[in-house]
Amino acid sequence: MTPTELSLFEVSQALAKGEVSSVEVTTACLSRIDQVQDALAPFISVDAEGALAEAKASDARRKAGQARGPLDGVPVALKDNIVAKGLPTTAGSRILAADGDARSLSLAAVRARTQGFVAPQDSTVTRRLREAGTPLLGKTNLDEFGMGSSTENSGFGPTRNPWDPTRTPGGSSGGSAAAVAARACFGALGTDTGGSIRQPAALTGVVGLKPTWGRVSRNGVVAFASSLDQVGPLTRTVRDAAMMLQTIAGADAMDSTSADKPVQDWTAGLEDGVKGLKVGLPREYFVPGMDPEVERAVRGAAKTLERLGATVREVSLPHSKVALAAYYVIATSEASSNLGRYDGVRYGHRAEGAKGLRELYAQSRAEGFGPEVKRRILLGTFALSAGYHDAYYVKAQRVRTLIRRDFEAAFADVDVLLSATSPVPAWPLGEKLDDPLSMYLMDVLTIPCNLAGLPGLSVPVELTGSGLPIGVQLLGRPWDEATVLRAGRALEREAKIERAPGRA
Amino acid sequence: MKLSPDQVRHVATLARLALSPEELLRTQAQLSAILDAVEALAAVDTEGVPPTTALAQAKAPRADAVVGQLPVEDALRGAPKAVGSSFAIPKVIE
Repeated sequence: MTPTELSLFEVSQALAKGEVSSVEVTTACLSRIDQVQDALAPFISVDAEGALAEAKASDARRKAGQARGPLDGVPVALKDNIVAKGLPTTAGSRILAADGDARSLSLAAVRARTQGFVAPQDSTVTRRLREAGTPLLGKTNLDEFGMGSSTENSGFGPTRNPWDPTRTPGGSSGGSAAAVAARACFGALGTDTGGSIRQPAALTGVVGLKPTWGRVSRNGVVAFASSLDQVGPLTRTVRDAAMMLQTIAGADAMDSTSADKPVQDWTAGLEDGVKGLKVGLPREYFVPGMDPEVERAVRGAAKTLERLGATVREVSLPHSKVALAAYYVIATSEASSNLGRYDGVRYGHRAEGAKGLRELYAQSRAEGFGPEVKRRILLGTFALSAGYHDAYYVKAQRVRTLIRRDFEAAFADVDVLLSATSPVPAWPLGEKLDDPLSMYLMDVLTIPCNLAGLPGLSVPVELTGSGLPIGVQLLGRPWDEATVLRAGRALEREAKIERAPGRA
Repeated sequence: MKLSPDQVRHVATLARLALSPEELLRTQAQLSAILDAVEALAAVDTEGVPPTTALAQAKAPRADAVVGQLPVEDALRGAPKAVGSSFAIPKVIE
Protein backbone atom coordinates (compact mmCIF):
# COMPACT_ATOMS: atom_id res chain seq x y z
CA MET A 1 0.00 0.00 0.00
CA THR A 2 1.32 3.46 -0.85
CA PRO A 3 1.77 5.58 2.28
CA THR A 4 -0.73 8.23 1.11
CA GLU A 5 -3.53 5.67 1.52
CA LEU A 6 -2.94 5.61 5.29
CA SER A 7 -4.79 7.78 7.75
CA LEU A 8 -2.88 10.29 9.87
CA PHE A 9 -3.09 7.91 12.83
CA GLU A 10 -1.89 4.96 10.73
CA VAL A 11 1.05 6.84 9.29
CA SER A 12 1.93 8.06 12.77
CA GLN A 13 2.07 4.42 13.92
CA ALA A 14 4.04 3.33 10.86
CA LEU A 15 6.58 6.08 11.59
CA ALA A 16 6.80 5.05 15.24
CA LYS A 17 7.44 1.43 14.28
CA GLY A 18 10.06 2.44 11.73
CA GLU A 19 8.08 0.92 8.84
CA VAL A 20 8.35 4.17 6.88
CA SER A 21 10.40 7.35 7.21
CA SER A 22 9.09 10.89 7.20
CA VAL A 23 11.09 11.57 4.05
CA GLU A 24 9.27 8.65 2.36
CA VAL A 25 5.79 9.79 3.36
CA THR A 26 6.53 13.44 2.63
CA THR A 27 7.90 12.51 -0.80
CA ALA A 28 4.77 10.41 -1.39
CA CYS A 29 2.54 13.41 -0.56
CA LEU A 30 4.58 15.68 -2.84
CA SER A 31 4.26 13.15 -5.69
CA ARG A 32 0.55 13.00 -5.07
CA ILE A 33 0.39 16.81 -5.28
CA ASP A 34 2.29 16.54 -8.59
CA GLN A 35 -0.39 14.12 -9.82
CA VAL A 36 -3.49 16.05 -8.74
CA GLN A 37 -2.66 19.77 -8.69
CA ASP A 38 -3.32 20.51 -12.37
CA ALA A 39 -6.62 18.62 -12.33
CA LEU A 40 -7.98 19.70 -8.90
CA ALA A 41 -5.97 22.76 -7.79
CA PRO A 42 -6.07 22.19 -4.01
CA PHE A 43 -2.92 24.24 -3.35
CA ILE A 44 -1.96 27.90 -3.84
CA SER A 45 1.68 27.34 -2.92
CA VAL A 46 3.76 24.23 -2.27
CA ASP A 47 6.99 24.27 -0.26
CA ALA A 48 8.60 20.98 -1.30
CA GLU A 49 12.06 21.98 -0.15
CA GLY A 50 10.92 23.15 3.29
CA ALA A 51 8.73 20.09 3.82
CA LEU A 52 11.55 17.70 2.91
CA ALA A 53 13.98 19.52 5.20
CA GLU A 54 11.48 19.15 8.07
CA ALA A 55 11.03 15.48 7.17
CA LYS A 56 14.80 14.87 7.28
CA ALA A 57 15.01 16.60 10.65
CA SER A 58 12.14 14.46 11.92
CA ASP A 59 13.81 11.24 10.78
CA ALA A 60 17.03 12.33 12.49
CA ARG A 61 15.15 13.02 15.74
CA ARG A 62 13.47 9.66 15.61
CA LYS A 63 16.75 7.89 14.96
CA ALA A 64 18.20 9.63 18.01
CA GLY A 65 15.23 8.49 20.10
CA GLN A 66 13.92 12.05 20.38
CA ALA A 67 10.67 11.88 18.42
CA ARG A 68 8.37 14.61 19.71
CA GLY A 69 5.01 12.93 19.65
CA PRO A 70 2.43 11.32 17.41
CA LEU A 71 2.52 14.00 14.69
CA ASP A 72 6.30 14.07 14.35
CA GLY A 73 7.11 13.55 10.68
CA VAL A 74 3.47 13.53 9.49
CA PRO A 75 3.10 16.06 6.64
CA VAL A 76 0.09 18.40 6.69
CA ALA A 77 -1.18 21.48 4.85
CA LEU A 78 -2.44 24.90 5.93
CA LYS A 79 -5.32 26.89 4.53
CA ASP A 80 -3.76 29.95 2.96
CA ASN A 81 -5.24 32.37 5.49
CA ILE A 82 -2.99 30.92 8.22
CA VAL A 83 0.45 32.49 8.19
CA ALA A 84 3.75 30.61 8.32
CA LYS A 85 7.06 32.40 8.63
CA GLY A 86 8.86 32.68 5.33
CA LEU A 87 5.97 31.35 3.21
CA PRO A 88 3.62 33.51 1.17
CA THR A 89 0.09 34.02 2.51
CA THR A 90 -2.51 35.22 0.01
CA ALA A 91 -5.84 34.52 1.74
CA GLY A 92 -6.95 33.79 -1.83
CA SER A 93 -6.80 37.49 -2.57
CA ARG A 94 -5.11 39.51 -5.25
CA ILE A 95 -4.49 42.19 -2.62
CA LEU A 96 -1.89 39.97 -0.87
CA ALA A 97 -0.45 38.35 -4.02
CA ALA A 98 2.70 39.74 -5.58
CA ASP A 99 2.08 42.37 -8.24
CA GLY A 100 2.60 40.59 -11.54
CA ASP A 101 1.57 37.18 -10.12
CA ALA A 102 -0.59 35.62 -12.85
CA ARG A 103 -2.50 33.87 -10.05
CA SER A 104 -2.42 30.51 -11.77
CA LEU A 105 -2.98 27.29 -9.84
CA SER A 106 -0.95 25.13 -12.24
CA LEU A 107 1.55 22.80 -10.60
CA ALA A 108 4.44 24.84 -11.98
CA ALA A 109 2.94 28.07 -10.62
CA VAL A 110 2.17 26.78 -7.12
CA ARG A 111 5.63 25.25 -6.80
CA ALA A 112 7.27 28.52 -7.87
CA ARG A 113 5.11 30.86 -5.74
CA THR A 114 7.31 32.44 -3.05
CA GLN A 115 6.47 36.15 -3.40
CA GLY A 116 3.64 38.38 -2.25
CA PHE A 117 2.84 38.87 1.43
CA VAL A 118 5.42 36.77 3.28
CA ALA A 119 4.73 36.59 7.00
CA PRO A 120 7.60 37.58 9.30
CA GLN A 121 6.24 35.27 12.04
CA ASP A 122 4.43 31.96 12.47
CA SER A 123 0.81 31.90 13.56
CA THR A 124 0.34 30.15 16.90
CA VAL A 125 -1.21 27.08 15.25
CA THR A 126 1.64 26.93 12.73
CA ARG A 127 4.17 27.13 15.56
CA ARG A 128 2.38 24.35 17.43
CA LEU A 129 2.42 22.12 14.34
CA ARG A 130 6.11 22.84 13.75
CA GLU A 131 6.88 22.10 17.40
CA ALA A 132 5.03 18.80 16.99
CA GLY A 133 7.39 18.04 14.10
CA THR A 134 5.01 18.15 11.12
CA PRO A 135 6.46 19.00 7.70
CA LEU A 136 4.31 21.73 6.11
CA LEU A 137 3.59 20.81 2.49
CA GLY A 138 2.05 24.09 1.46
CA LYS A 139 -0.92 26.43 1.60
CA THR A 140 -4.35 25.50 0.29
CA ASN A 141 -6.87 27.39 -1.82
CA LEU A 142 -9.88 29.19 -0.36
CA ASP A 143 -12.60 31.67 -1.17
CA GLU A 144 -11.01 35.11 -0.84
CA PHE A 145 -10.63 35.85 2.90
CA GLY A 146 -12.88 32.86 3.61
CA MET A 147 -15.88 34.55 2.01
CA GLY A 148 -17.72 31.92 0.04
CA SER A 149 -19.05 28.39 -0.01
CA SER A 150 -17.49 26.93 -3.16
CA THR A 151 -13.84 28.11 -3.43
CA GLU A 152 -14.90 29.87 -6.64
CA ASN A 153 -14.36 33.25 -5.02
CA SER A 154 -10.61 32.62 -4.85
CA GLY A 155 -8.64 35.25 -6.72
CA PHE A 156 -6.57 32.33 -8.03
CA GLY A 157 -9.40 30.26 -9.52
CA PRO A 158 -11.54 27.42 -8.20
CA THR A 159 -10.54 24.12 -6.62
CA ARG A 160 -12.29 21.04 -7.98
CA ASN A 161 -13.92 18.17 -6.12
CA PRO A 162 -11.84 14.95 -6.22
CA TRP A 163 -15.07 12.90 -6.45
CA ASP A 164 -16.17 14.76 -9.58
CA PRO A 165 -13.92 17.50 -10.97
CA THR A 166 -16.86 19.27 -12.63
CA ARG A 167 -18.20 20.03 -9.14
CA THR A 168 -17.20 22.29 -6.26
CA PRO A 169 -15.39 20.91 -3.22
CA GLY A 170 -17.36 23.43 -1.13
CA GLY A 171 -15.78 26.29 0.71
CA SER A 172 -14.26 28.28 1.95
CA SER A 173 -11.70 25.64 3.05
CA GLY A 174 -12.21 23.81 -0.26
CA GLY A 175 -8.48 23.51 -0.93
CA SER A 176 -7.82 21.82 2.41
CA ALA A 177 -10.80 19.49 1.90
CA ALA A 178 -9.76 18.55 -1.64
CA ALA A 179 -6.14 18.02 -0.56
CA VAL A 180 -7.22 15.59 2.17
CA ALA A 181 -9.79 13.83 -0.04
CA ALA A 182 -7.24 13.48 -2.86
CA ARG A 183 -4.71 11.91 -0.44
CA ALA A 184 -2.24 14.74 -0.97
CA CYS A 185 -1.74 15.25 2.79
CA PHE A 186 -2.67 13.45 6.01
CA GLY A 187 -4.56 16.39 7.42
CA ALA A 188 -5.01 20.09 6.84
CA LEU A 189 -6.06 23.08 8.88
CA GLY A 190 -9.04 25.12 7.82
CA THR A 191 -10.99 27.99 9.31
CA ASP A 192 -14.73 28.07 9.94
CA THR A 193 -16.70 31.32 10.23
CA GLY A 194 -20.08 30.05 9.01
CA GLY A 195 -19.35 26.45 8.03
CA SER A 196 -16.11 26.76 6.07
CA ILE A 197 -14.56 23.61 7.57
CA ARG A 198 -17.67 21.43 7.92
CA GLN A 199 -19.36 22.14 4.59
CA PRO A 200 -16.34 21.37 2.34
CA ALA A 201 -15.62 18.32 4.50
CA ALA A 202 -19.17 17.09 3.80
CA LEU A 203 -18.91 17.76 0.06
CA THR A 204 -15.59 15.91 -0.28
CA GLY A 205 -16.22 12.95 2.04
CA VAL A 206 -13.72 13.88 4.77
CA VAL A 207 -14.01 14.73 8.46
CA GLY A 208 -14.11 18.41 9.46
CA LEU A 209 -14.08 19.75 13.02
CA LYS A 210 -14.90 23.30 14.08
CA PRO A 211 -13.84 23.56 17.71
CA THR A 212 -15.60 25.66 20.34
CA TRP A 213 -14.97 29.38 19.78
CA GLY A 214 -11.91 30.16 21.91
CA ARG A 215 -10.50 26.63 21.89
CA VAL A 216 -7.82 27.41 19.30
CA SER A 217 -5.75 30.60 19.03
CA ARG A 218 -6.37 32.84 16.02
CA ASN A 219 -3.07 34.68 16.40
CA GLY A 220 -1.62 34.81 12.89
CA VAL A 221 -4.86 33.78 11.20
CA VAL A 222 -6.20 36.32 8.68
CA ALA A 223 -9.30 37.76 10.36
CA PHE A 224 -12.70 37.64 8.66
CA ALA A 225 -15.31 37.92 11.44
CA SER A 226 -13.61 37.74 14.81
CA SER A 227 -16.62 36.76 16.95
CA LEU A 228 -17.20 33.75 14.65
CA ASP A 229 -13.82 32.62 13.21
CA GLN A 230 -12.26 29.43 14.53
CA VAL A 231 -9.42 27.19 13.29
CA GLY A 232 -9.84 23.44 13.02
CA PRO A 233 -8.71 20.27 11.24
CA LEU A 234 -9.89 18.48 8.09
CA THR A 235 -8.80 14.84 8.10
CA ARG A 236 -9.65 11.40 6.81
CA THR A 237 -10.90 10.04 10.12
CA VAL A 238 -12.42 11.26 13.37
CA ARG A 239 -9.39 9.99 15.28
CA ASP A 240 -7.11 12.05 13.02
CA ALA A 241 -9.17 15.16 13.76
CA ALA A 242 -8.90 14.51 17.50
CA MET A 243 -5.13 14.17 17.18
CA MET A 244 -4.76 17.43 15.26
CA LEU A 245 -7.03 19.27 17.69
CA GLN A 246 -4.88 18.15 20.58
CA THR A 247 -1.84 19.60 18.81
CA ILE A 248 -3.29 23.04 18.01
CA ALA A 249 -5.63 23.71 20.98
CA GLY A 250 -4.94 25.68 24.12
CA ALA A 251 -4.68 29.16 25.61
CA ASP A 252 -2.34 31.62 23.96
CA ALA A 253 -1.09 34.91 25.38
CA MET A 254 -1.15 36.34 21.85
CA ASP A 255 -4.93 35.83 21.47
CA SER A 256 -6.98 37.28 24.32
CA THR A 257 -10.06 35.39 23.05
CA SER A 258 -8.37 32.00 23.43
CA ALA A 259 -9.75 30.30 26.52
CA ASP A 260 -7.88 28.91 29.50
CA LYS A 261 -9.22 25.41 28.98
CA PRO A 262 -7.06 22.33 29.47
CA VAL A 263 -5.90 20.54 26.33
CA GLN A 264 -7.36 17.06 26.47
CA ASP A 265 -6.47 13.76 24.88
CA TRP A 266 -9.50 13.76 22.61
CA THR A 267 -8.67 10.28 21.31
CA ALA A 268 -9.17 8.79 24.81
CA GLY A 269 -12.93 8.12 24.87
CA LEU A 270 -13.36 7.89 21.14
CA GLU A 271 -14.34 4.22 21.00
CA ASP A 272 -16.65 4.30 24.01
CA GLY A 273 -19.80 4.19 21.88
CA VAL A 274 -23.10 6.01 22.23
CA LYS A 275 -25.05 3.83 24.68
CA GLY A 276 -27.29 6.17 26.67
CA LEU A 277 -26.34 9.22 24.61
CA LYS A 278 -29.23 11.64 24.09
CA VAL A 279 -29.40 12.84 20.50
CA GLY A 280 -31.60 15.68 19.25
CA LEU A 281 -32.83 16.08 15.69
CA PRO A 282 -33.60 19.78 15.16
CA ARG A 283 -36.91 19.95 13.33
CA GLU A 284 -35.97 23.24 11.62
CA TYR A 285 -32.85 21.69 10.07
CA PHE A 286 -34.91 19.72 7.58
CA VAL A 287 -35.10 22.76 5.34
CA PRO A 288 -37.14 23.30 2.19
CA GLY A 289 -35.10 22.48 -0.90
CA MET A 290 -33.10 19.84 0.92
CA ASP A 291 -31.92 17.00 -1.27
CA PRO A 292 -34.03 13.87 -0.51
CA GLU A 293 -30.94 11.64 -0.44
CA VAL A 294 -29.35 13.95 2.13
CA GLU A 295 -32.48 13.86 4.29
CA ARG A 296 -32.55 10.07 4.05
CA ALA A 297 -28.88 9.93 5.12
CA VAL A 298 -29.58 12.06 8.23
CA ARG A 299 -32.55 9.89 9.23
CA GLY A 300 -30.40 6.83 8.56
CA ALA A 301 -27.66 8.20 10.84
CA ALA A 302 -30.26 8.79 13.57
CA LYS A 303 -31.41 5.15 13.21
CA THR A 304 -27.80 3.99 13.41
CA LEU A 305 -27.22 5.88 16.65
CA GLU A 306 -30.46 4.47 18.04
CA ARG A 307 -29.43 0.94 17.12
CA LEU A 308 -26.14 1.54 18.95
CA GLY A 309 -27.96 2.45 22.15
CA ALA A 310 -28.55 6.20 21.88
CA THR A 311 -31.97 7.76 22.32
CA VAL A 312 -33.08 10.09 19.54
CA ARG A 313 -35.76 12.73 19.87
CA GLU A 314 -36.91 15.66 17.82
CA VAL A 315 -36.04 19.07 19.24
CA SER A 316 -36.84 22.61 18.17
CA LEU A 317 -34.48 25.52 17.55
CA PRO A 318 -37.18 28.09 16.75
CA HIS A 319 -34.91 30.95 15.64
CA SER A 320 -33.02 28.90 13.05
CA LYS A 321 -34.88 30.61 10.22
CA VAL A 322 -33.38 34.01 11.02
CA ALA A 323 -29.87 32.77 11.78
CA LEU A 324 -28.73 33.31 8.20
CA ALA A 325 -29.92 36.93 8.23
CA ALA A 326 -28.26 37.60 11.59
CA TYR A 327 -25.07 35.97 10.35
CA TYR A 328 -24.84 38.03 7.18
CA VAL A 329 -25.22 41.25 9.16
CA ILE A 330 -22.75 40.32 11.92
CA ALA A 331 -20.14 38.64 9.72
CA THR A 332 -20.10 41.42 7.13
CA SER A 333 -20.00 44.14 9.80
CA GLU A 334 -16.98 42.55 11.43
CA ALA A 335 -15.40 41.95 8.03
CA SER A 336 -15.82 45.58 7.00
CA SER A 337 -13.84 46.52 10.10
CA ASN A 338 -11.22 43.73 9.88
CA LEU A 339 -10.52 44.34 6.21
CA GLY A 340 -9.86 48.02 6.84
CA ARG A 341 -6.22 47.06 7.35
CA TYR A 342 -5.73 46.43 3.62
CA ASP A 343 -4.93 49.99 2.72
CA GLY A 344 -2.02 49.71 0.29
CA VAL A 345 0.37 51.21 2.84
CA ARG A 346 1.94 48.63 5.14
CA TYR A 347 1.65 45.52 2.98
CA GLY A 348 -0.28 44.22 0.02
CA HIS A 349 -1.18 45.74 -3.30
CA ARG A 350 -0.86 49.50 -3.90
CA ALA A 351 -2.51 51.20 -6.86
CA GLU A 352 -0.21 53.12 -9.15
CA GLY A 353 -0.57 56.86 -9.69
CA ALA A 354 -3.14 57.61 -6.97
CA LYS A 355 -3.47 61.32 -6.17
CA GLY A 356 -3.53 61.66 -2.41
CA LEU A 357 -4.01 59.17 0.39
CA ARG A 358 -7.79 58.73 0.09
CA GLU A 359 -7.52 57.83 -3.56
CA LEU A 360 -4.63 55.50 -2.75
CA TYR A 361 -6.85 53.62 -0.28
CA ALA A 362 -9.92 53.49 -2.51
CA GLN A 363 -8.04 52.49 -5.68
CA SER A 364 -5.77 49.93 -4.01
CA ARG A 365 -8.77 48.25 -2.41
CA ALA A 366 -10.82 48.42 -5.62
CA GLU A 367 -8.02 46.70 -7.56
CA GLY A 368 -7.12 44.22 -4.83
CA PHE A 369 -10.47 42.83 -3.65
CA GLY A 370 -12.74 40.53 -5.63
CA PRO A 371 -16.50 41.04 -6.10
CA GLU A 372 -17.75 38.99 -3.13
CA VAL A 373 -15.34 40.66 -0.72
CA LYS A 374 -16.40 44.10 -1.97
CA ARG A 375 -20.05 43.11 -1.61
CA ARG A 376 -19.55 42.02 2.00
CA ILE A 377 -17.46 45.05 2.95
CA LEU A 378 -20.18 47.32 1.54
CA LEU A 379 -22.99 45.42 3.26
CA GLY A 380 -21.12 45.52 6.57
CA THR A 381 -20.24 49.18 6.21
CA PHE A 382 -23.92 49.91 5.55
CA ALA A 383 -25.05 47.86 8.57
CA LEU A 384 -22.67 49.79 10.82
CA SER A 385 -23.35 53.23 9.35
CA ALA A 386 -25.10 56.06 11.18
CA GLY A 387 -28.87 55.61 11.15
CA TYR A 388 -28.75 51.87 10.38
CA HIS A 389 -26.51 50.53 13.15
CA ASP A 390 -29.33 49.80 15.61
CA ALA A 391 -31.74 48.41 13.02
CA TYR A 392 -29.19 46.01 11.54
CA TYR A 393 -26.08 45.35 13.62
CA VAL A 394 -27.53 45.62 17.13
CA LYS A 395 -30.74 43.89 16.04
CA ALA A 396 -28.71 40.99 14.63
CA GLN A 397 -26.78 40.74 17.90
CA ARG A 398 -30.06 40.53 19.83
CA VAL A 399 -31.27 37.78 17.52
CA ARG A 400 -27.93 36.08 18.11
CA THR A 401 -28.77 35.96 21.82
CA LEU A 402 -32.07 34.21 21.00
CA ILE A 403 -30.23 31.68 18.83
CA ARG A 404 -27.83 30.94 21.68
CA ARG A 405 -30.78 30.51 24.07
CA ASP A 406 -32.38 28.03 21.63
CA PHE A 407 -29.26 25.89 21.86
CA GLU A 408 -29.04 26.23 25.65
CA ALA A 409 -32.63 25.01 25.93
CA ALA A 410 -32.01 22.10 23.55
CA PHE A 411 -28.83 21.06 25.36
CA ALA A 412 -30.74 20.90 28.64
CA ASP A 413 -32.46 17.82 27.15
CA VAL A 414 -29.95 16.29 24.75
CA ASP A 415 -26.18 15.78 24.54
CA VAL A 416 -25.65 16.31 20.82
CA LEU A 417 -27.63 17.59 17.86
CA LEU A 418 -27.64 15.70 14.57
CA SER A 419 -28.45 17.20 11.16
CA ALA A 420 -27.19 17.42 7.62
CA THR A 421 -24.05 19.50 7.17
CA SER A 422 -25.03 20.83 3.75
CA PRO A 423 -28.62 20.69 2.43
CA VAL A 424 -27.29 19.34 -0.89
CA PRO A 425 -24.29 17.33 -2.12
CA ALA A 426 -21.56 18.99 -4.21
CA TRP A 427 -23.06 21.10 -7.01
CA PRO A 428 -21.59 21.87 -10.45
CA LEU A 429 -19.03 24.67 -10.55
CA GLY A 430 -20.57 27.92 -11.71
CA GLU A 431 -24.13 26.97 -10.78
CA LYS A 432 -24.65 29.48 -7.97
CA LEU A 433 -21.97 31.98 -8.84
CA ASP A 434 -24.27 34.71 -10.14
CA ASP A 435 -26.73 34.50 -7.28
CA PRO A 436 -25.14 35.43 -3.94
CA LEU A 437 -28.31 34.63 -1.98
CA SER A 438 -28.62 31.06 -3.24
CA MET A 439 -24.92 30.59 -2.38
CA TYR A 440 -25.51 31.96 1.14
CA LEU A 441 -28.29 29.38 1.62
CA MET A 442 -25.69 26.60 1.36
CA ASP A 443 -24.53 27.61 4.87
CA VAL A 444 -27.96 27.60 6.49
CA LEU A 445 -27.29 24.48 8.60
CA THR A 446 -23.76 25.35 9.66
CA ILE A 447 -24.12 29.04 10.56
CA PRO A 448 -26.08 28.79 13.85
CA CYS A 449 -23.22 26.80 15.41
CA ASN A 450 -20.84 29.71 14.80
CA LEU A 451 -23.29 32.25 16.17
CA ALA A 452 -23.47 30.22 19.39
CA GLY A 453 -19.75 29.35 19.44
CA LEU A 454 -20.40 25.60 19.66
CA PRO A 455 -18.18 22.71 18.57
CA GLY A 456 -19.36 21.12 15.32
CA LEU A 457 -18.21 18.07 13.39
CA SER A 458 -19.00 16.83 9.90
CA VAL A 459 -18.63 13.10 9.28
CA PRO A 460 -19.14 11.37 5.93
CA VAL A 461 -21.85 8.70 6.19
CA GLU A 462 -22.73 7.55 2.71
CA LEU A 463 -22.71 8.26 -1.01
CA THR A 464 -25.56 9.45 -3.17
CA GLY A 465 -26.81 7.23 -5.98
CA SER A 466 -24.50 9.13 -8.34
CA GLY A 467 -21.51 8.64 -6.07
CA LEU A 468 -21.17 11.95 -4.22
CA PRO A 469 -20.38 12.00 -0.50
CA ILE A 470 -22.96 13.04 2.10
CA GLY A 471 -21.85 14.32 5.49
CA VAL A 472 -23.84 14.72 8.69
CA GLN A 473 -23.22 17.36 11.30
CA LEU A 474 -22.98 16.83 15.05
CA LEU A 475 -23.16 19.86 17.35
CA GLY A 476 -22.28 19.79 21.02
CA ARG A 477 -22.28 21.91 24.14
CA PRO A 478 -19.52 24.50 24.39
CA TRP A 479 -16.19 22.77 25.25
CA ASP A 480 -17.68 19.31 24.73
CA GLU A 481 -15.71 18.30 21.63
CA ALA A 482 -15.26 14.91 23.32
CA THR A 483 -18.94 13.91 23.01
CA VAL A 484 -19.19 15.23 19.45
CA LEU A 485 -16.11 13.24 18.43
CA ARG A 486 -17.33 10.08 20.19
CA ALA A 487 -20.71 10.24 18.42
CA GLY A 488 -18.95 11.02 15.14
CA ARG A 489 -16.69 8.01 15.59
CA ALA A 490 -19.72 5.77 16.15
CA LEU A 491 -21.23 6.93 12.85
CA GLU A 492 -17.90 6.65 11.05
CA ARG A 493 -17.52 3.03 12.16
CA GLU A 494 -20.92 2.20 10.64
CA ALA A 495 -20.53 4.36 7.52
CA LYS A 496 -20.75 2.76 4.11
CA ILE A 497 -18.24 5.01 2.43
CA GLU A 498 -15.11 2.91 2.09
CA ARG A 499 -14.46 3.93 -1.50
CA ALA A 500 -12.17 6.90 -1.91
CA PRO A 501 -12.33 9.12 -4.98
CA GLY A 502 -10.19 7.85 -7.81
CA ARG A 503 -9.82 4.31 -6.45
CA ALA A 504 -13.21 2.69 -6.88
CA MET B 1 -34.96 47.72 1.36
CA LYS B 2 -33.99 49.39 -1.89
CA LEU B 3 -30.81 51.44 -1.79
CA SER B 4 -30.44 54.52 -3.99
CA PRO B 5 -27.30 55.06 -6.10
CA ASP B 6 -26.38 57.89 -3.72
CA GLN B 7 -26.62 55.60 -0.71
CA VAL B 8 -24.36 53.04 -2.39
CA ARG B 9 -21.91 55.82 -3.31
CA HIS B 10 -21.92 57.06 0.30
CA VAL B 11 -21.30 53.56 1.70
CA ALA B 12 -18.49 53.01 -0.83
CA THR B 13 -16.87 56.25 0.32
CA LEU B 14 -17.10 55.15 3.96
CA ALA B 15 -15.60 51.79 3.00
CA ARG B 16 -12.80 53.45 0.99
CA LEU B 17 -13.71 51.43 -2.10
CA ALA B 18 -13.69 52.93 -5.57
CA LEU B 19 -16.59 51.52 -7.64
CA SER B 20 -16.91 51.65 -11.42
CA PRO B 21 -20.34 52.78 -12.75
CA GLU B 22 -21.17 49.15 -13.63
CA GLU B 23 -20.11 47.96 -10.19
CA LEU B 24 -22.27 50.65 -8.63
CA LEU B 25 -25.36 49.44 -10.50
CA ARG B 26 -24.67 45.80 -9.75
CA THR B 27 -23.96 46.54 -6.10
CA GLN B 28 -27.15 48.55 -5.79
CA ALA B 29 -29.23 45.62 -7.04
CA GLN B 30 -27.39 42.94 -5.06
CA LEU B 31 -27.26 44.82 -1.75
CA SER B 32 -30.94 45.68 -2.06
CA ALA B 33 -31.78 42.00 -2.58
CA ILE B 34 -29.63 40.94 0.38
CA LEU B 35 -31.17 43.63 2.58
CA ASP B 36 -34.64 42.37 1.61
CA ALA B 37 -33.61 38.93 2.84
CA VAL B 38 -32.19 40.43 6.02
CA GLU B 39 -35.53 42.17 6.70
CA ALA B 40 -36.59 38.91 8.37
CA LEU B 41 -34.74 40.18 11.44
CA ALA B 42 -37.18 43.04 11.92
CA ALA B 43 -40.03 40.57 12.52
CA VAL B 44 -38.28 38.93 15.48
CA ASP B 45 -39.42 40.15 18.90
CA THR B 46 -36.23 41.14 20.71
CA GLU B 47 -37.85 43.31 23.37
CA GLY B 48 -35.64 43.14 26.45
CA VAL B 49 -33.14 40.77 24.81
CA PRO B 50 -29.53 41.90 25.32
CA PRO B 51 -27.22 41.85 22.30
CA THR B 52 -24.49 39.21 22.18
CA THR B 53 -21.27 41.14 21.72
CA ALA B 54 -18.81 38.43 22.71
CA LEU B 55 -19.05 34.72 23.42
CA ALA B 56 -16.48 34.52 26.17
CA GLN B 57 -15.47 36.62 29.11
CA ALA B 58 -12.46 38.71 28.19
CA LYS B 59 -9.38 37.45 29.95
CA ALA B 60 -7.31 39.63 32.24
CA PRO B 61 -4.93 41.55 29.99
CA ARG B 62 -1.42 40.19 29.80
CA ALA B 63 1.43 42.09 31.43
CA ASP B 64 2.37 45.24 29.53
CA ALA B 65 5.81 43.95 28.66
CA VAL B 66 7.64 44.09 25.35
CA VAL B 67 7.92 40.59 23.87
CA GLY B 68 8.90 39.30 20.46
CA GLN B 69 9.44 42.68 18.87
CA LEU B 70 9.35 42.65 15.08
CA PRO B 71 12.56 44.11 13.65
CA VAL B 72 11.92 47.25 11.56
CA GLU B 73 13.32 45.68 8.40
CA ASP B 74 10.92 42.71 8.79
CA ALA B 75 7.98 45.04 9.35
CA LEU B 76 8.86 47.01 6.21
CA ARG B 77 9.61 44.01 4.01
CA GLY B 78 6.04 43.75 2.75
CA ALA B 79 5.51 47.48 2.28
CA PRO B 80 4.75 48.61 -1.28
CA LYS B 81 6.95 51.64 -0.60
CA ALA B 82 9.27 52.46 2.28
CA VAL B 83 11.71 55.27 2.94
CA GLY B 84 14.34 54.72 5.61
CA SER B 85 12.56 53.19 8.58
CA SER B 86 9.09 54.43 7.52
CA PHE B 87 6.18 53.41 5.31
CA ALA B 88 5.90 55.90 2.44
CA ILE B 89 2.59 57.41 1.30
CA PRO B 90 1.65 60.20 -1.11
CA LYS B 91 2.09 63.69 0.30
CA VAL B 92 -0.93 64.70 2.44
CA ILE B 93 0.18 68.19 3.58
CA GLU B 94 1.34 70.78 1.08
